[in-house]
Amino acid sequence: MLTRIRTALRDQPKATPVPRDYDHTRDLGDVIEVLAERVADYRAAVHRVQADRLPVWIDALLDARGARRIAVPADLPADWLNDELTWLVDRPPLSIETLDGCDGVLTGCAVAIAETGTIVLDAGVAQGRRALTLLPDYHLCVVRADQVVATVPEALARLDPVRPLTFISGPSATSDIELDRVEGVHGPRTLEVLIVEG
Amino acid sequence: MVVRNPVTWLGTPAFPKAAKDALANTQLRRNLRNATSTIRGKRAAAVAELPDWERLRAAGAAIKDEVLANLDTYLIRLEAAVTARGGTVHWARDAAEANAIALRLIRATGETEVVKVKSMATAEIGLNEALAEGGVTAIETDLAELIVQLGEDRPSHILVPAIHRNRAEIKEIFQRAMPDVPADLTSEPRALAEAARRHLRRKFLSAKVAISGANFGVAETGSIVVVESEGNGRMCLTLPETLITVMGIEKVVPSWPDLEVFLQLLPRSSTAERMNPYTSVWTGVTPGDGPQAFHLILLDNGRTATLADEVGRQSLRCIRCSACLNVCPVYERTGGEAYGSVYPGPIGAILTPQLVNDPKDKQAASLPFASSLCGACYEVCPVSINIPEVLTHLRARVVENKSSLAPEAIAMRALAWVMADAKRFERAQQAGTLARFLGRDGKITRLPWPGSKWTDVRDVPVPPAESFRSWWRRTRGDQ
Ligand code: SF4
Repeated sequence: MLTRIRTALRDQPKATPVPRDYDHTRDLGDVIEVLAERVADYRAAVHRVQADRLPVWIDALLDARGARRIAVPADLPADWLNDELTWLVDRPPLSIETLDGCDGVLTGCAVAIAETGTIVLDAGVAQGRRALTLLPDYHLCVVRADQVVATVPEALARLDPVRPLTFISGPSATSDIELDRVEGVHGPRTLEVLIVEG
Repeated sequence: MVVRNPVTWLGTPAFPKAAKDALANTQLRRNLRNATSTIRGKRAAAVAELPDWERLRAAGAAIKDEVLANLDTYLIRLEAAVTARGGTVHWARDAAEANAIALRLIRATGETEVVKVKSMATAEIGLNEALAEGGVTAIETDLAELIVQLGEDRPSHILVPAIHRNRAEIKEIFQRAMPDVPADLTSEPRALAEAARRHLRRKFLSAKVAISGANFGVAETGSIVVVESEGNGRMCLTLPETLITVMGIEKVVPSWPDLEVFLQLLPRSSTAERMNPYTSVWTGVTPGDGPQAFHLILLDNGRTATLADEVGRQSLRCIRCSACLNVCPVYERTGGEAYGSVYPGPIGAILTPQLVNDPKDKQAASLPFASSLCGACYEVCPVSINIPEVLTHLRARVVENKSSLAPEAIAMRALAWVMADAKRFERAQQAGTLARFLGRDGKITRLPWPGSKWTDVRDVPVPPAESFRSWWRRTRGDQ
């Protein structure tokens, strides 16, 4: 096939240098505010909370849903968890059935992109493997203020491409039936985001 | 033995005939008009939000040109990077080879059922059919593709393949073909989606092998990217033990930062969103996370032939966003099936004939004429493919490829001469020079000599009474 390619390129087309004068960053004002607004645009719930109030919020949100059995990655900060709920720690790895049957999953993230309202998971600290955030129907995701960037180029610059990456922009959605948007065909139907400041 | 390239559908008529049938289908046209105008409006808003859109577009086009100009280098680099991370790379010259590789890999796992992410490349090679022949059932997991598959139908749009179906039809299809369909299923989109979710979840949870396409492959790192909405992609890419990805060789990009351009261009052009709900990136295999066996099939299937054409090669920049379909006045009226190809609309009109690369395939040869040359497709294309330029180039090629003595060639050459130039074409239509020879039953029964040599032996379908160009000008010329 390489021979075919080389034959096809016999005319030695010269590519012009790639113009990189598009915006790498952009002043969006308060990036946290923009992130919150744009995540909410995807019909995901967003809350801005102070760091010391985080455990209380996690509690309250899970409680409000009646969620009792929550899957978590093994390296979630211990102070995020209280004693009342059943935390299903992914070590050793939880079975697919357990993940499918639990009430939700709680994780952190790697980067969040304000302009597009995107949260990126890279299987790093507090995020776990990919299946963890995929099977439970409810995903509660904690974003630290210092993880928020303005634009897509800024986010990619922070990420390591050889880690498994998942970019999440709102809950699972389809518009396949008469272009009517329906949430949650296959992925988690509910995404809730806690942005932690301070 | 000559093997047909499945990029066009066997037995479909050439575009003019198929378009005529499609024009008679009012439901289809209503759905399409609704869909395309909705997406069109939203896309414009999503694009307007980025002040650097034109600069991103220029970068996108340049990155793709760079890749195409050095495709051999980047593919070798990609192979090395994927292999270094525990993946296996296979090279497939055509559909038959790609299908055989996929089948062999699946058989080696001992499985007879695989889950699939929607992918243009696998549709292009007729993978599902080839696997079925080999005793393997491929289950489409994208909702629209599932509707198409259960309805034993064909997709009509790159992005919303089941756009020609309304909710009542979808309900009927599910009731007929979904074994575990809920007894009280209504035609509410929410209820239909829920039925599909339950139906497919069992498949996802038990599948050992998945097949996907790829939106991008990063040469430098070996990272493969899949962009989607529903989460079925994530399911297929994460849960099974073995993942087989079929990627057109033109999907490679040089390095990681190049994705920052395409991850902005693609969602806004495609679904008019700031970002699609899910994008997955993986590199080879990751111990303890996702499939532990990864195979990447690099697919040629007419791409090197396309690359060899200096004018036509820009078609390989295409990132399959489908924006050109949604602005095309011809597509809006005929729908996707009339193109008789995996790739409908303006991109189909240029890509299909090049991938098929067979002058004898009449249906493919008719596609470069399935356009009004209004230029709307060029304007929206996020990688600036000059579709009208490629169209006129291919029209000329169609004519050249016919024997100069064949009556068809003489007529086609005259037609091509008229159509190759937008102004000339419009003048001819306005002057009624074509209309004079139209039969009342919708067939051209007699063309003046030399066309008569052609019409003596066959009827030619009539071009629409109002030309697309004048219709375009009348309805939106002042926009
Ligand atoms: S040709 Fe351009 S507009 Fe059409 S699908 Fe391809 S990238 Fe999109």
